[in-house]
Amino acid sequence: MSTAAEVELAPTRPSGLKRALARARGNPTTLAGAIITLLIVAGAVLAPWIAPFDPTEQNIIDRLQSPGGDYLLGTDQFGRDVFSRLLYGARISLVVSLGAIAAAMVTGGTIGMVSGYIGGRFDLITMQVMDVLLSFPSLILGLMVVALLGPELENLVIAIALTAIAPFARIARAPTLVLKERAFIEAGRAMGFSHLRILFAHILPNILSEVLVMGSLWMATAVRVEASLSFIGLGVKPPTATWGGMTRDGFENILDAPWLAVFPGLAILLLVLGLNMIGDGLRDATDPKLRNE
Amino acid sequence: MSDTLLEVRGLRKHFHPKRRVTVRAVEDVSFSIRRGEAFGLVGESGCGKSTAARALLRLIEPDAGSVRFGGADVLTARGASLKAIRRRMQIVFQDPYSSLDPRQSIGGALTEPMRVHGIAEGRDARRRAGALLEEVGLPPAALDRYPHEFSGGQRQRIGIARALALEPELIVADEPVSALDVSVQAQVLLLLEDLRRRRGLAFLFVSHDLSVVRWFCERVAVMYLGRIVEEGPVARVLNAPLHPYAAMLRDAYPVPDPAHRAALPRIIGEIPSAAAPPPGCPFHPRCVHAMPRCSTEPPALLAKDDGAVACHLHG
Repeated sequence: MSTAAEVELAPTRPSGLKRALARARGNPTTLAGAIITLLIVAGAVLAPWIAPFDPTEQNIIDRLQSPGGDYLLGTDQFGRDVFSRLLYGARISLVVSLGAIAAAMVTGGTIGMVSGYIGGRFDLITMQVMDVLLSFPSLILGLMVVALLGPELENLVIAIALTAIAPFARIARAPTLVLKERAFIEAGRAMGFSHLRILFAHILPNILSEVLVMGSLWMATAVRVEASLSFIGLGVKPPTATWGGMTRDGFENILDAPWLAVFPGLAILLLVLGLNMIGDGLRDATDPKLRNE
Repeated sequence: MSDTLLEVRGLRKHFHPKRRVTVRAVEDVSFSIRRGEAFGLVGESGCGKSTAARALLRLIEPDAGSVRFGGADVLTARGASLKAIRRRMQIVFQDPYSSLDPRQSIGGALTEPMRVHGIAEGRDARRRAGALLEEVGLPPAALDRYPHEFSGGQRQRIGIARALALEPELIVADEPVSALDVSVQAQVLLLLEDLRRRRGLAFLFVSHDLSVVRWFCERVAVMYLGRIVEEGPVARVLNAPLHPYAAMLRDAYPVPDPAHRAALPRIIGEIPSAAAPPPGCPFHPRCVHAMPRCSTEPPALLAKDDGAVACHLHG
């Protein structure tokens, strides 16, 4: 057929993402983070089956029991089982942060990608709006939104999502600016592809790993913000168990029953640590500077 | 129907990188390409040849001029009519490493344009994609591979196959071999020449490499600072250039046989900035034949024998 010689193909090589995941698996920090997080997630998912007591059932006779004995981690001032409340509290932490980060990732990511692709004055104005959003500390912004909308689960998700939109917009925009100059995007235009097709079929898959890594790092922040809001009384309303709320309630008896504040505090610490360890590992694995090792 | 496939008249593209700065990248460029003809566009880096190629494809919007392609007005086309024109003219890029989507399989890259233009879908599209790969000298097994698994030359072949997927009449080849090793360059050039003959494709071949253009093209236009200074049959323009700049370009090119090597003429100065082009003839500050009128009066591109030249020496 062709006058040019047939060309031999090199053996198949795994793609960048697969290699990155393989490297992340080999990293002990990432592995430890994944184990911690998975344990907490399993506890939250399986709470109805593994929790020894109803998390909201009050048992005045057994109030302020020390850890050990009938109650693994003791009871609070209403006689509720701390371990059961921690398991159910994990559900709130995970649902709120996962919902918020997913929402922020989709909206922020789309804003950044579209803004970078369109460029020019539109990009300038959009990113300045994002900068204004970014200049609010996330806790203050979350506080304002929850105070305005009321401390419902959905509002917490919205509040925390709002604080994370700007960083996702930035992380999605930067690689878009580089990608849109590459010839394959121009080739798409020359072949008559629509802007929507170019954005979602060609730019999105190329920026997705960076946005996802950012997502895992921001999950930790979202857990922290949710706990902080619950701590100051702007979380999901009692008697629903939340880690932040439990820590705050524990302070009222900090001298008689220090475990009431310590255990939920530890739970927050562990989850934030676990998520950060995963995020760091994924970030290192996708870092182009470390890619050729 | 006339024999002319592409007719570019008075194409202009200015950039404004800053306020009050105008880079005259393309200034009044006119040429035409016949069906099945290979037309070369040569010049130094920054002379506007790539910009001109992109502007006529509407990859950047030109400021002025007209482009007619097979009777259709390219610059006023919108929506479906622009899409229909785009199907008929395709581009092959210089850098094979950035011309393919790293996250898209080769099969995806070849069938996507077919789907978008309603040429073929599913199995049929895949069969056509396999045939295209064979046509550019790659095994159909490459369909399920990703770009990072291929060498530069292989990727360039894939880029060519993708351009062919829409069965175009014209291919704009923007320095298609200058990023490749010399041995691979020859293979890719042979492939392009083969496709041209077999499919009756017309080419706009943008290059700074005179020997490649001499081999591949029938006609050539020499660009300098956004303008065409000389145009004509490739052998005549490169062997006996009329315009002093075309002569300088020819003489600057290494000759393999030492016996035929001419004493290298002195090249005066650098190519001026397109943001501040000299008045009159853009080449006059570097021209050994410059006359007083060259610095005031820009020469028009006038027909001369079998081509055209923009120089007061030949006016």
